[in-house]
Amino acid sequence: MQNLWVIPALPFIGFLINGIFGRKLPKAVINLVAVLSVVLSFAWVVKVFMTAGDLAVTPVNEHYFTWIKSGEFQVGWDFAVDKLTMIMLFVVTGIGSLIHIYSIGYMAHEEGYYRFFAYLNLFMFFMLNLVLAANYLILFVGWEGVGLCSYLLIGFYFVKKSATTAGNKAFIVNRIGDFGFSLAIFLIVVNFGSLSFDKVFPAAAGKPVETLTAIALLLLVGAAGKSAQIPLYVWLPDAMEGPTPVSALIHAATMVTAGVYMITRSAAIFTHAPIAMETVAIIGLATAVFAATIGLAQNDIKKVFAYSTVSQLGYMFLGVGVGAFSAGVWHLMTHAFFKALLFLGAGSVIHACHGEQDMRHMGGLKRYAPWTCITLACASLAISGFPFTAGYFSKDAILEAAYGHAPWMYWVGVITAGMTAFYVWRAFWMTFWGDYKGHGHPHESPWSMLGPLVVLAGLSLVGGFVFNVPHILANMFPIEEAVGGAGVMLTGISVAAGLIGIGLSYYFYVMNPEVPERIAGGLGGIYTLVYNKYFVDEVYDATVVNPLITGSRSVLWHGVDQGVIDGAVNGVGHQSKGIGGVLKLLQSGNIRSYATWIVIGAVALLLALGMAQGVTGGIVP
Amino acid sequence: MPEGFDQVRTMIGQGVPVSWYLILSAILFSLGVAGFVFRRNVITVFMCIELMLNAVNLSFITFANQHKQVSGQIFTFFVMVVAAAEAAVGLAIILTVFRNRQTLNIDEIDSLKN
Repeated sequence: MQNLWVIPALPFIGFLINGIFGRKLPKAVINLVAVLSVVLSFAWVVKVFMTAGDLAVTPVNEHYFTWIKSGEFQVGWDFAVDKLTMIMLFVVTGIGSLIHIYSIGYMAHEEGYYRFFAYLNLFMFFMLNLVLAANYLILFVGWEGVGLCSYLLIGFYFVKKSATTAGNKAFIVNRIGDFGFSLAIFLIVVNFGSLSFDKVFPAAAGKPVETLTAIALLLLVGAAGKSAQIPLYVWLPDAMEGPTPVSALIHAATMVTAGVYMITRSAAIFTHAPIAMETVAIIGLATAVFAATIGLAQNDIKKVFAYSTVSQLGYMFLGVGVGAFSAGVWHLMTHAFFKALLFLGAGSVIHACHGEQDMRHMGGLKRYAPWTCITLACASLAISGFPFTAGYFSKDAILEAAYGHAPWMYWVGVITAGMTAFYVWRAFWMTFWGDYKGHGHPHESPWSMLGPLVVLAGLSLVGGFVFNVPHILANMFPIEEAVGGAGVMLTGISVAAGLIGIGLSYYFYVMNPEVPERIAGGLGGIYTLVYNKYFVDEVYDATVVNPLITGSRSVLWHGVDQGVIDGAVNGVGHQSKGIGGVLKLLQSGNIRSYATWIVIGAVALLLALGMAQGVTGGIVP
Repeated sequence: MPEGFDQVRTMIGQGVPVSWYLILSAILFSLGVAGFVFRRNVITVFMCIELMLNAVNLSFITFANQHKQVSGQIFTFFVMVVAAAEAAVGLAIILTVFRNRQTLNIDEIDSLKN
């Protein structure tokens, strides 16, 4: 027994302590409980890793109790660890620990301090549940739980209307995805008679392609909701209303990658459904390009990174869609490093500028916040695919696999890589170069914030070749596409695209800061379109949200609720009142009339009884 | 001796038929009801109630005799006790009402209404 349950249980205990007693506890104790629970969880992961032996040969599988038992069908509370889960566990607990430490500094002056850490710990519990699950139902429990925590933390500043709206948006958009996911689970139950991974996956090869395609496409709907893919990506940019550590942990590094994890986990189903695979790849690629173009024109530093996250998630979908599952997971991991760093760095920048998020009011911060500047530079290099940084390896693996699948996908991916480099470095130059254009005196962040930045910067630089995921996961996914001999050239092209992006951003935003304005003016309509995110939110409002609200108002509220339901209730009341109005005339207050009614009643009763028994029957024997 | 008289004597020898008692009871009861409904003097109404109670008593006794069971007689005792109590309380109420209102007309005693 490895006692895997300890891993999620520790953050859950932290959640209980901080959630129940947090209001009364001093900050030092809250910090200790929150951080220690996650760090110990990380330590337990390390312990499992050290003692479990070769996970490829003997995956750990633990059964705690049977949750549902109905005839042949059984669902247990089962946890399992194989190599894929191990990677996810390290990412979640490792980055989770760093972000918890960072939050101590970042949230120091915020209201609801204990509430923040309680939610964060609860998130860790559900996320670990999600990755440890050995069947789809337990996975779904974690899946919904992280959605809940995401909602709670996006709406953390609940006195702000925009924050609560953003929380609702995230929750509601995710409902669509989760609806698809639950349908997929039902289909799996019907077709496989089980939900546990070790029963479903071996049986997948023998099922008809149509069934598998349906299941895979529905799983994709779920994954697209959680991982912010077209057409359900709209919630993620708004989710930036939450505190920055939340954006880093939930909306960049861990939760939003759950969709990629889930597809990778279900590789056995997807590999037998080529149409679904193709759909995954195309949706991923489209999302990558689409979000990258929006990222080019955003001025809010967190919005830039949010669209960048959507775009990078698209990359991961492209990877798993073309069959390079391990490359997708590799990018998941390296992305967790550099995107968590980008967000934490952005948080540090925002902290330095006293809450300012608009990059046009920043600038020149390299003098005031040198450590933030250096670490963010590392992250920006990594996401641009600069040679030998973390992003270089994983992005390259995905692009090569895409080339093997269909060369046009590779070229689109390369263009996206160039745009990615451009907008990330644009944000970097606008923030750190030039003169400070904001208010107050910017200042460097405390070491509790810089420490995690430095660690993540190290991981962003070397994490790619230290943790060679495809090597670790070798033989786990049989149909990994082989890379042709053109490897070196392909790598060269994608690296060049990244470097060109960096160079262009330097040219535009450092050497000639007036050029972007002119270009934006020259592009006119296209710029407005991109600046306003292609008006997707407005289109959704017009086509889905408003008809739904209007329909709910006029039909469901005024029609069904007020008309039918209230009408029935009020109608009963009115009728009773009417009948009572007639009956009250009987209550004359005249004793003799009462007596008359009694006599009439008695006579009527006797007559009725007499008729029932036969007139002579009862009276004379 | 006329024939009819013989018949009556024979019938008495066999006991008065049950139906006669019951018819008498019904007549008394109806008189009580009619009095209760149509008279306005409280005391008359009160006496009509007593009349109805006694009509019921007569039925009880009749059936008790016919079925040779004692329970009918016991019920009669209960009814008499209730009637006695009612007479005491009822007359006291009537007396008080009269003192307060100087009337015994039942139609004017309606202060519970409205």
